Amino acid sequence: MSELIETGTDANFDEIVRGSDVPVLVDFWAPWCGPCRMVGPVLEEVAAEYAGKAKVVKVNVDENTVVAGSMGIRSIPTVALFHNGKLTDTLVGARPKQDFTAALDETLAGILPN
Amino acid sequence: MSDSGYAKDVIVIGGGPAGYAAAIYAVRAGRSTLLIEGLQPGGQLTTTTEVENYPGFANPITGPELMTAMKEQALRVGTEFVNDVVESVDLSKRPFKVRVGKGEIEAKTLIIATGAEAKYLGLESEQTFRGRGVSACATCDGFFYRDLKVAVIGGGDTAAEEAIYLTNHASEVFLVHRRDELRASKIMSRRVADHPKITMKWNRVLDEVVGNDSGVTGVRLKDPRTDEIEELATDGVFIAIGHQPNTNFLDGQLKTDDAGYLITAPDSTQTSVEGVFASGDVQDSVYRQAVTAAGTGAMAGIEASRFLEEQG
Ligand SMILES: Cc1cc2nc3c(=O)[nH]c(=O)nc-3n(C[C@H](O)[C@H](O)[C@H](O)COP(=O)(O)OP(=O)(O)OC[C@H]3O[C@@H](n4cnc5c(N)ncnc54)[C@H](O)[C@@H]3O)c2cc1C
Repeated sequence: MSELIETGTDANFDEIVRGSDVPVLVDFWAPWCGPCRMVGPVLEEVAAEYAGKAKVVKVNVDENTVVAGSMGIRSIPTVALFHNGKLTDTLVGARPKQDFTAALDETLAGILPN
Repeated sequence: MSDSGYAKDVIVIGGGPAGYAAAIYAVRAGRSTLLIEGLQPGGQLTTTTEVENYPGFANPITGPELMTAMKEQALRVGTEFVNDVVESVDLSKRPFKVRVGKGEIEAKTLIIATGAEAKYLGLESEQTFRGRGVSACATCDGFFYRDLKVAVIGGGDTAAEEAIYLTNHASEVFLVHRRDELRASKIMSRRVADHPKITMKWNRVLDEVVGNDSGVTGVRLKDPRTDEIEELATDGVFIAIGHQPNTNFLDGQLKTDDAGYLITAPDSTQTSVEGVFASGDVQDSVYRQAVTAAGTGAMAGIEASRFLEEQG
């Protein structure tokens, strides 16, 4: 996994996702999930392109059932966008990169002008 | 990706058994071959567990393992891979143009191997709750229904398999079918009938998915004979009513049958446009197996290569 991507867990989720200064894309995945393997490399590209402006966190739902449960995740891959501690968008299923960047751009457009 | 106008001999669209086999044959025939994988590298088999009917494996191999091996073989022989989605193609003249997210590529021949994807019923409530209780992939999402109740909609082999798979996680599985007999094979029907965790809901169709802010809470079923309504409390609904071929990006430039499958010439993978070939589930509404997809993929690779030879 690229160094740009952080690993989220039940223990650190509040701190690194809800407490983040920049928007966070959270990738809920599991090793046994075929479609999840497409999202991984796409989000690595996104993480590189948005370095400093936004970040990407991966949460393995197998090992972190509390976070996944509290978010009501019932399908993976699911990518959730958090900003200022709040959930602002949820993208379910494998998707093209533009879907993720569009969601980020929308959030960033709302915060960058000032 | 360059727009230099340099055209590949063969572009394969799709990274399932059909696409990988096509690429292996085209490359080994000496053709420069590029394969565009789309959103699901490895194709449909990456969503299943064990594959017991693909010849060559005395012990069952998992879908993802089989597809990783096929891809490695395609890479080793020299296929060039592009990790992108084809948005559109221009088949009006050769070289054909293939538009992907990152730009445009040209090809002297094209092999369409974009497979099929799960069909949904088209209910608004189904769309609303997708990913929040509505799913079309039990092996992907079954995990989230530990000790919960789920409904499976459908009556074919896929529906029966999904129902049985879900019993590994769920406390109870309702299998909802519009008739009073499954279309599934005898073996699968028997396994379903004998399973203590599966309850059959005969003569019922999904009328609406019911839920609230936190997701699905149940299903409303209708008896198509009497229009009688019944509500069942479930935490999830798995739609297993079949598949539809992935042809949207072709925008009607190739002939299809009424169900949307690409039409190919008899005993051939030749489509309605010369130099464009189709293989696998996108042109096969009958067999829809990994080994038949790989078989027609091999045919397409050979036919594309012969076509190039004849064109000089
Ligand atoms: C749950 C399940 C279990 C199964 N079990 C078995 C089994 O045990 N044995 C068996 O033989 N068969 C099984 N099958 C059927 C088998 O998976 C298919 O017959 C086979 O995968 C078809 O291969 P394909 O190459 O035609 O297409 P697919 O496997 O569907 O692959 C299509 C490819 O095209 C790509 N694609 C689609 N659109 C685009 C686009 N616009 N641009 C670029 N790329 C695109 C996708 O990303 C994918 O890589 C199963 C299917 C399912 C769903």
